[in-house]
Amino acid sequence: MSSPKDEGAVERTPMADAVADTEDFVTFTIADQLFGIPVLKVQDVLSSHNITRIPLAPPEIAGSLNLRGRIVTAMDVRLRLGLPPRDRKASMSIVAEHEGELYSLMVDSVGEVLALKGSAWERNPPTLDPKFRDYSLGIYRLDDQLLVVLDVNRLLDYDRVQAA
Amino acid sequence: MDDLLSEFLTETNESLAELDVELVQLEQNPNDKELLGNIFRLMHTIKGTCGFLGLPRLESVAHAGENVLGKLRDGELEVTPEAVTLILECLDNIRALLEQLEATEAEPEGDDSDLIARLNAFADGDAAPAEAAPAAEEAPAEESGGGDTTLDELELAFQNAKGPAELAAEKAAQEAAEAEAAGAEAEVEAEAEAEAEPEPVKAEEPKKEAAPKKEPAAKKEAAPKKEPAAKKEAAPKQAEKEPAAAEAKKEGSVANQSLRVNVDVLENLMTMVSELVLTRNQLLQILRSQSESEFAAPLQRLNHVVSELQEGVMATRMQPIGNAWAKLPRIVRDLAHELDKKIDLVMKGAETELDRQVLELIKDPLTHMVRNSADHGLEVPADRLKAGKPEIGTVTLNAFHEGGHIIIEIADDGKGLSVDKIKQKCIDNGLANEAELDQMSEQQIQQFIFKAGFSTAAAVTSVSGRGVGMDVVRTNIEKIGGTIELTSVEGRGTKFVIKIPLTLAIVSALIVECASERFAIPQLSVVELVRASAHTEHTIERINGTPVLRLRNRLLPLVNLRHLLKLDGENTAKAAKDALSASVTETKPAAEAESGATPKEAAKADAVKGTDDEEVFIVVAQIGNYSMGIIVDRVFDTEEIVVKPVAPILRNIQLFSGNTILGDGSVVMILDPNGIAAATGEISVAEGAEDNAKGRHMARSSDSVAMLIFRAVDATPKAVPLALVARLEEIDLQQVEFSNGQYVVQYRGQLMPLVMMDPSQKLESEGRQPVLVFADGKRTMGLVVQEIVDIVEGRMNIELSSEREGYVGTAVIDGKATDIIDAGYYLTLAFHDWFQADRETLDGEGHGRRLLVVDDSPFFRNLLQPLLTVAGYDVVCVESADAALELCEAGEDFDVIISDIEMPGMNGFEFARKITAETRWAETPIVALSSFSNPSDLARGREAGFKDYVAKTDRDALLNTLHDTLAELRGAA
Repeated sequence: MSSPKDEGAVERTPMADAVADTEDFVTFTIADQLFGIPVLKVQDVLSSHNITRIPLAPPEIAGSLNLRGRIVTAMDVRLRLGLPPRDRKASMSIVAEHEGELYSLMVDSVGEVLALKGSAWERNPPTLDPKFRDYSLGIYRLDDQLLVVLDVNRLLDYDRVQAA
Repeated sequence: MDDLLSEFLTETNESLAELDVELVQLEQNPNDKELLGNIFRLMHTIKGTCGFLGLPRLESVAHAGENVLGKLRDGELEVTPEAVTLILECLDNIRALLEQLEATEAEPEGDDSDLIARLNAFADGDAAPAEAAPAAEEAPAEESGGGDTTLDELELAFQNAKGPAELAAEKAAQEAAEAEAAGAEAEVEAEAEAEAEPEPVKAEEPKKEAAPKKEPAAKKEAAPKKEPAAKKEAAPKQAEKEPAAAEAKKEGSVANQSLRVNVDVLENLMTMVSELVLTRNQLLQILRSQSESEFAAPLQRLNHVVSELQEGVMATRMQPIGNAWAKLPRIVRDLAHELDKKIDLVMKGAETELDRQVLELIKDPLTHMVRNSADHGLEVPADRLKAGKPEIGTVTLNAFHEGGHIIIEIADDGKGLSVDKIKQKCIDNGLANEAELDQMSEQQIQQFIFKAGFSTAAAVTSVSGRGVGMDVVRTNIEKIGGTIELTSVEGRGTKFVIKIPLTLAIVSALIVECASERFAIPQLSVVELVRASAHTEHTIERINGTPVLRLRNRLLPLVNLRHLLKLDGENTAKAAKDALSASVTETKPAAEAESGATPKEAAKADAVKGTDDEEVFIVVAQIGNYSMGIIVDRVFDTEEIVVKPVAPILRNIQLFSGNTILGDGSVVMILDPNGIAAATGEISVAEGAEDNAKGRHMARSSDSVAMLIFRAVDATPKAVPLALVARLEEIDLQQVEFSNGQYVVQYRGQLMPLVMMDPSQKLESEGRQPVLVFADGKRTMGLVVQEIVDIVEGRMNIELSSEREGYVGTAVIDGKATDIIDAGYYLTLAFHDWFQADRETLDGEGHGRRLLVVDDSPFFRNLLQPLLTVAGYDVVCVESADAALELCEAGEDFDVIISDIEMPGMNGFEFARKITAETRWAETPIVALSSFSNPSDLARGREAGFKDYVAKTDRDALLNTLHDTLAELRGAA
């Protein structure tokens, strides 16, 4: 939030020597925190798009957009995570599929794809903010930074939240 | 043609074609067991289907063929070319029969015993090995000389003796001379018995086939055919060729007219067409922005072609609703057995077509409801007899088209819903408490059966009553944009009316804009568009902040889409409430407003802001019989849209029924008028989702009346039916003058008397005063009130009737005791001759005429009696049909009967039917009085014996109708 540009977040050593025990992640930042989503879940990466807002929808639902003839629901991940809203309008989006529907996850910026070793993975620290803990599948220790694995299924599963 | 029959024809022709090919293959590979097995199965299927459809002639031929095939399969006989020829002959025979079946829809008369005999003989293995087709024909002849006499042969002989006689009879009808000749033939025949045996049969065959084709020539041919033995062979050959040729010609009929296509293919096609429609819309949109384009003409063509294609593909998806009903008779029969009831299932309108997708979705709900009707609705025969009903209960299914919708009615004449039982159940299940239930109308209570976890049957039977019933039905129906309504009279039965859209895929929608956002409203529910601004004749007026519009002398309730969708978030105090979402407001103000403000409150806020000056558009929407106006900023054109479901996250927002991509590629939400009606809050029933269905119900219910609530005289709220009020005005008190002992004001170029509710009250000399304007022809009268409070839609139950002048009584409206004023009283205060004026125009024909008014509502009885009395009629009022029938028995006579429709106990339709059918009042004209009237009601009323139909609150229409009816009577006399 403090730094106007988040480029710094993604310029890390590409793990060229990644071996068998690795998984590829699309990285992105929200409020200077690095996040990752398994690359196989990602359908598309969009820059800002013309979004139709949806009245009466939950606050984090930014609206819907037309992605090559399919209607995609846009969600502001910042708000979903309980973070303050973005102070500038431009954002990027990662499109992911959940139960047959497409969702566009609005994030601050999208970085490169990283291959991460399983050995670098750790459980969520129990002291993590509950909202983060809910949507995190664990943490990867990178050389100079930590990457939170975002649980897309839980992020988009509203039934569970409503039931809770 | 019967669906079943045409399907049979298609299928059998397919099988026959397959058999032809396979038999030829078999001839080449006589030892192919698999092939033989398949052939046998096909033949067996044909035989089975024929038997099932009651086609004995076809069945017997197929059966004989199957016999031979069975022997071949079991290895008892060898596959020889002769065998194949014989089977092929059998197939040809079947084909010939099918052809006629198709032409006449009935199995042709005639007889195939020769063929059957030959087939059977072959199956018995004693056919002499013959080499060619002619030889095969001879087989029976040889065989008949043989030792073993089968039953078929005896039959054959028997029929031979008869055959010519039949021929003779047939001919006699045409030509007497020929009949003689035929008789002679018969004699010859009898003499040459043994040898000629098979021959007359063959002669008969082509004749029979020829008969329907009206070829008398063929008949005459029959005579010479019998003489020389050499001609024996020629005759059957010809017989075979004839139908074969005819068959070739007719090949293109039913079999080739229908084609089985996988449903997925159609679904795909539909999706493609939907996309094509969208793309066309995009192109048209682009074209619109370019005044002159060379693309204009081809695009226009494309437009037409796409529209036609769309219609065509839609048509492929249409199926008669009868398909969904096919299983019901069986289910009902089984149920009747299981439950020891006698049930008659009546199905009407089975040919009504609707989209396959919709059909699939309603299949289960329908089945469930029919089961429910049979199980819970109908009583056991003993109870029915006790209740004076016929022993056999009836469940009626009726489907028909109405205004782009399919209406399906499921009615039973059983015991109806027991309000008391439902109440008890509600209390037991904790759905509502007693106090709440007491507040509710019967209709509202009946709605509880749509709640989850509710079952009216005291004991859970194996059939239904597991508590997952009507709520699931309702959810399923609403999922496809349909509605379900319920009417039930205890002891008389229950009726469900389901209204569903014809198709789900493509709808025409009106595109509107509100707060710079575009929305689609399904065109089906849009009645008209009104432009409203301060400078046009249509102005939005407000009653305590609630916007209303005068439209053709009616007040139309309005709802502002901006408020409903909370699109004015920036302006409300709540905008800043949520710190987290505060800055999102700029981009999506709508999303953040988690406010608890009801639309009404928001509307009031709007009133303060006073947006009246702006030009707005009002989309007048009709939901059931309830109309309302939706205020939007702008209206674009209509577009064909493909409805796509909204993401699961958004499904709980009732106001949207889906979303779509418009021609310009942008996404818009589709508004659900039902949801909007439910959300407007004028319906004060139950909570959450229940509002939806109930709201519509309330709005449609005949007892529901829009009441204008105001204050005057004292603190008690006063109410008057909104329909009686012509306008609401605010008058400038400076313009009020006092003349002739009465306050008057110049209003629209006339003097309008002002009437005070409290005669002792004096008007202020300054300020503004709200006035209810009552109008009648040229006269207007203003009733001065202190404050106009609200418009409330609801039932009006007068609980305390009043002795006070000017009051009808007291009712509970919106939870408060409210005085219902007698508008008629104040009208006469303003003009003493208000009603007398009518008498003049009616020329006193009311004099001495006796009227009977049947209405369960004390309000309307109280309203009508004085009104009709002053018009000179002698009025008798009763509160129920039963009371009216008692009068009939007591010997009273009336000139005209006016009856309400919706009444507890016997309703108006039954009453009218009873009177016209059974009583000495059969000749007395009956006028129906109802607070709602649409064409179907009208038709139903006429059918029941009503002379005319008058809206309850339309006083003029009532008087005119009475006038006309009486004039007619006089004319007839």
